Amino acid sequence: MPSLLNIILIPLLPLLSFVWLGLSGRRQNHPMAGWLATAFMLVSLLLSIQTAFAYFSGAGMAGDSYRPMLVWDLEWLPFTATAEGLAIHTGILLDPISVMMLIVVTSISCMVHLFSLGYMKGEQRFGMYYAYLGLFTFSMLGLVLSSNIFQMYMFWELVGVSSFLLIGFYYQKPAAVAAAKKAFIVTRFADLGFLLGILVLSYYGGSMDFNQLIQSLTSPESNELQEAQRDSFMGLSALSWGLSLVFIGGASKSALFPLHIWLPDAMEGPTPVSALIHAATMVVAGVYLVARLFPVYALSAPDILQMIGWTGAISALIAALIACTQTDIKRVLAYSTMSQIGFMVLALGVSGYADGNNLGFTASMFHLSTHAVFKALLFLCAGAVIHYVHSNEMDQMGGLRKQMPITHISFLLACLAISGFPFLAGFFSKEEILLAAYTNYKPIFWIAIFTSALTAFYMFRLYFRIFWHKPYHAAHHDDHHGEGTWTMKWPLLILALGTVFAGYIPFSRFVSATGKPFHTSLHIEFSIAPVGLALLGIAAAYYLYGRQSARPEQMQKSLGFLYTSLKSKLFIDELYLFITRNIIFGILGKWAAWIDKHIVDGLMNGLADLIQWIAQKIRRVQSGRVQDYALYFLIAILGLLLCAKWFNQF
Amino acid sequence: MELTPGLYHMLFLSSALFFIGVYGFFTRRNLVTMLMSIELILNSVNLNFIAFNKYLWPGQLDGLFFTLFIIAIAAAEAAVAIAIIINLYRCHKSVDVEEARNLKY
Repeated sequence: MPSLLNIILIPLLPLLSFVWLGLSGRRQNHPMAGWLATAFMLVSLLLSIQTAFAYFSGAGMAGDSYRPMLVWDLEWLPFTATAEGLAIHTGILLDPISVMMLIVVTSISCMVHLFSLGYMKGEQRFGMYYAYLGLFTFSMLGLVLSSNIFQMYMFWELVGVSSFLLIGFYYQKPAAVAAAKKAFIVTRFADLGFLLGILVLSYYGGSMDFNQLIQSLTSPESNELQEAQRDSFMGLSALSWGLSLVFIGGASKSALFPLHIWLPDAMEGPTPVSALIHAATMVVAGVYLVARLFPVYALSAPDILQMIGWTGAISALIAALIACTQTDIKRVLAYSTMSQIGFMVLALGVSGYADGNNLGFTASMFHLSTHAVFKALLFLCAGAVIHYVHSNEMDQMGGLRKQMPITHISFLLACLAISGFPFLAGFFSKEEILLAAYTNYKPIFWIAIFTSALTAFYMFRLYFRIFWHKPYHAAHHDDHHGEGTWTMKWPLLILALGTVFAGYIPFSRFVSATGKPFHTSLHIEFSIAPVGLALLGIAAAYYLYGRQSARPEQMQKSLGFLYTSLKSKLFIDELYLFITRNIIFGILGKWAAWIDKHIVDGLMNGLADLIQWIAQKIRRVQSGRVQDYALYFLIAILGLLLCAKWFNQF
Repeated sequence: MELTPGLYHMLFLSSALFFIGVYGFFTRRNLVTMLMSIELILNSVNLNFIAFNKYLWPGQLDGLFFTLFIIAIAAAEAAVAIAIIINLYRCHKSVDVEEARNLKY
């Protein structure tokens, strides 16, 4: 096993770069700041690889399955004097999914650090940008390694803060500020659910520690589980409440319907940030959370797990539909991210726990990793394109394949991967998800396979609009800086390699719900339908967008209202605005304000008026004459004497 | 018949002095006269202490000590009061308390 120091250094190195660059402020706007942070990230990546190697090559094995390892544990906040009482620990938990996430987070973060050297060059707050990236990476690694749910909650919020800071990085732009606020408020609001869920679960489970929690809430003879299932509130058992509330927190971070509204707006941040936070790592935190508590969901509350599966399926479908109509390339990618996360969640939803029936879990984690690679690649390519064209809008692009050959090839590979084209990364993971859905729950399978065809369509719509469609006219800028610096090209090439080869990792040998490795084989006859549909989607995209034509216009006209409602994102934003502005502010808020102004304030003002009135009446007493005061004094003394006489005390 | 002064005589004298002092304090408007009235009140108290000490607590010195303390404090009080009166005179060109009534509501 690698030493504890190595494991602790993985999250601490990004923290160090945050503290260093954050405290240096403006002095660190030199390019060296970026190189420094990138070097730290690289060390962190190497340490993660070493840890993963050590874990999977034997240290994590116990018998025939991988076991969770608590490599570090510290009692942080004891609430009772006795050793068995409630206490919050901090610790580092290594198990297959956390080790997998370590690799994903550090490698994507490293690529993004490298890419940003070129992309953010000459930016005014260059040092601060890298400081925020460090803070984010630290928080995400902390989240992944957390050994108990409370520690995870803290890192969960830290991730939210760093996402807020990075979305609002261009704080001179009102849209960026609004987007940052929106993201923070929406996720923060749902985190209230998460916190309540934590309290319910830890109250009934008797612990905050993941391992103990899972143990006490899954074994059928444990008192905790029986109690949690017996107590009910509004027709749902306490356990179901706890698990659903926790999932609400996860759903908002993972941008699942209907809490997804912040993700498309979050694209106001710098593009590499979108690649890191809003495509590859932070947005899968919700998936990770469900996977972390998966035994509890699968064994004790299968109905909640099924609801989670439906949430994933609906999000995947809605996001794919909306993605077909958007024209901002980053927004298309954002909706595509939402859709792919829907896939991961639906895979968890259709998975069982027992050996032989838990393909969904493995598929979900597999898709999480491969998606991180090709979606980060897509975003970085989009970043390179935006860097070149200086616009996010598709109409400004087209025909860029000659100007940007490397970006073009990488983008094409990533598009093929996400569409599930055979023998690229996305193919393997998506086939597994579809297979799990097919064997366990058919309705979700039909939604998933339709969505997967749509995915191919909208991704290739994006691809054709950027790289084909019409010849590129560099009308508004002649100062050609080419495709970008080599620091921007290398990450693209490395990630493109990952996109090609990540699918060949025998994932089920490492990650499974029970920890017991199993073997998956490719079912060629099963793959025919999804691949065929994907090819159909690509063909449709080529037919509509391969060359400039009037066909898309005609399509839009013939679809009518369906198109307009999808184009305006199904009016979900408007619905939220209506609820907040008209119902909460307009009706509830107005009444609350009235009560505050007239009853609460009125009571206080009335009291003050009364006191003033009395004071006006009695202030004559203070005449300023010494003799008057002496007289009062005398009267008071005589009065006291009389009183004393009266009570017979004298 | 020989008249020997007893406790009641003393008490009569002291209450007479006390009420003369109180009367003077309330009716006079000259601050110096008011100060003198206060001295009368204090001395009536002193007289009370001495009388009670002599007739009810013979052989003890408690009353005498109290008296001494009161005399000392009266001296200090007179010093402070006279200083105040002088300052008041500088402000108002008068020692009439009716004139000095700025410190009111």
